[in-house]
Amino acid sequence: MENRTVYFDNNATTPLHPGVKEALIEGLEIFGNPSSMHAFGREARERIEDAREKVASFIGADADEILFVGSGSEANNTVLSLLHCDSTRCSCALSGRSGLVTTVIEHPCVLNTARDLGRKSHEVTYLSVDKHGRIDLEELRRAVTDKVGMVSIMMANNEIGTIQDIKAAARIAHEGGALFHTDAVQSVGKIPVDVRDLDVDFLTISAHKLYGPKGIGALYVKKGAPYCPLILGGHQEGGRRAGTENSLGIIGMGKAMELRAIEMEEEEKRLLELKNILKAGIAEAIPDALFMGHPEHCLPGTLSVSFAGAEGEAILLYLDLVGIAVSTGSACASGSLDPSHVIMATGVPVENAHGSVRISLGRENTLEDVHYMLHHLPIIIDRIRTMSTAYRRK
Amino acid sequence: MAKWTYSDKVKDHFMNPRNILREDNEADFHGIGQTGNIKCGDEMIVYIKVDPADLTITECKWRTYGCASAIASTSILSEMVIGMTLDQAYAITAKDILKELGGLPDNKVHCSVLGDKALRAAIDDYYGKNGMEDRIKTQSAKIVCECMQVTDEDIEHAVLEGVRSFSELQDMTKIGAGCGECHENAQAVMSGYIQKHFGL
Repeated sequence: MENRTVYFDNNATTPLHPGVKEALIEGLEIFGNPSSMHAFGREARERIEDAREKVASFIGADADEILFVGSGSEANNTVLSLLHCDSTRCSCALSGRSGLVTTVIEHPCVLNTARDLGRKSHEVTYLSVDKHGRIDLEELRRAVTDKVGMVSIMMANNEIGTIQDIKAAARIAHEGGALFHTDAVQSVGKIPVDVRDLDVDFLTISAHKLYGPKGIGALYVKKGAPYCPLILGGHQEGGRRAGTENSLGIIGMGKAMELRAIEMEEEEKRLLELKNILKAGIAEAIPDALFMGHPEHCLPGTLSVSFAGAEGEAILLYLDLVGIAVSTGSACASGSLDPSHVIMATGVPVENAHGSVRISLGRENTLEDVHYMLHHLPIIIDRIRTMSTAYRRK
Repeated sequence: MAKWTYSDKVKDHFMNPRNILREDNEADFHGIGQTGNIKCGDEMIVYIKVDPADLTITECKWRTYGCASAIASTSILSEMVIGMTLDQAYAITAKDILKELGGLPDNKVHCSVLGDKALRAAIDDYYGKNGMEDRIKTQSAKIVCECMQVTDEDIEHAVLEGVRSFSELQDMTKIGAGCGECHENAQAVMSGYIQKHFGL
């Protein structure tokens, strides 16, 4: 089979959409400080507000509910930090409620912030997940006591692709008197997201996960929701996030959202089809493959799988040698001693967790890419199993 | 394409691993040693054939469950030991393997520490099977971490290398990375050696 380069790591980051690239090149000319009153500044301001409209309309929000931030991590940190805000400049006191409810499978930017809150004597509850990575809504209901100020639950998991019932979770949080935040970094641009329908108070988006540039994200803050800036300084973003706006990044993000609005629906179907072909092909060609994540409530392009007796980093690197990029939850790839906390939380045996591989498809992937993968993966798994202490052919 | 994190030698041994035991003919080998535990992420088995006349290793095969570093380090070890006497082979350390590989990234060093242990276990197995129990050295060392086969001697060695905290010890030896039950005992053993050697 002819060699190709196949990028199957779209959950890590996506290639720039050619339309975004064009917008960025054109945007390079716009250098004015958006806070300046002269023509140069006004032009930059206009472009930023145009992008804000696009981001807002894509998720069903009003423009003034969107603020641009440096990353999804920054957005998540900002929201969780509301719980220990002691500023006199804002009105974000959460009615004396300082507790946080989150899940064991969140992104490290939420988990590490939650851990810090725990050290600052905030009560933090971590919801467990079932074998498909879904939380138990009843467990959530019990966790939302009158001490809880915020519930933060990711919409779709970056590793296994499992999608939570955010609408139901937000309702439970609100019934218990808590605010609701969702990290939707992996969801916005892949599946329909409407903030009014979901009735969330805060929602996090990152541009580079939807074919936009890196270093730019957005936070949706529902009108009237308590808020306090994490980064203090000037009056940018309506005083909600100081620092001169990343106008080029914002222009790119706006364009990426505009293009998502046109392309997402079709692509969702196409990626799901490709994933199903890939999944069936793997199941047929490779014995003892274990698929993870929810069989239905899962991102269309995310396939998480592990192979008994084959370690993840070895799989990743052998695939790299034939031009295929994937990612792994293997401890050996991360340099830590434990495999992925997400995979472990779903109760997958640790032997499997070390061998987990995440294949995440995106708009540039084709059926030929899937066939290329299906040609090489069985050979590679067989090769690793041949030298494995842990696998014997049956 | 950008360069690999690994050296060309590591890459070569990863792409073309030498001396894998492909068939189930373990019985042909004179000594077999196993270290690690798949639950902890790495497991290695080393098989050796020995010329009884001069106690040199004539063949060395292996199997491993592990990452690229683990595969490459076991592969290169299997080449290094052929022709060595059992005494010479016994003296090989993880550092020697690392040197031969042209180094590994810091966070990967722990992946190479099992090969030499598996080899020593294979040599001891040979001694045991051939009435040379007096030459077995690992018997004197006490295993502290069952999952990763870390002994008190390994901990002493680590302390002498400058390790002072449990996390440093874990970085170096992977101790406690499996079930974690050894944590308290390992801490006590480490403190004992720090006290013994440095009076701290």
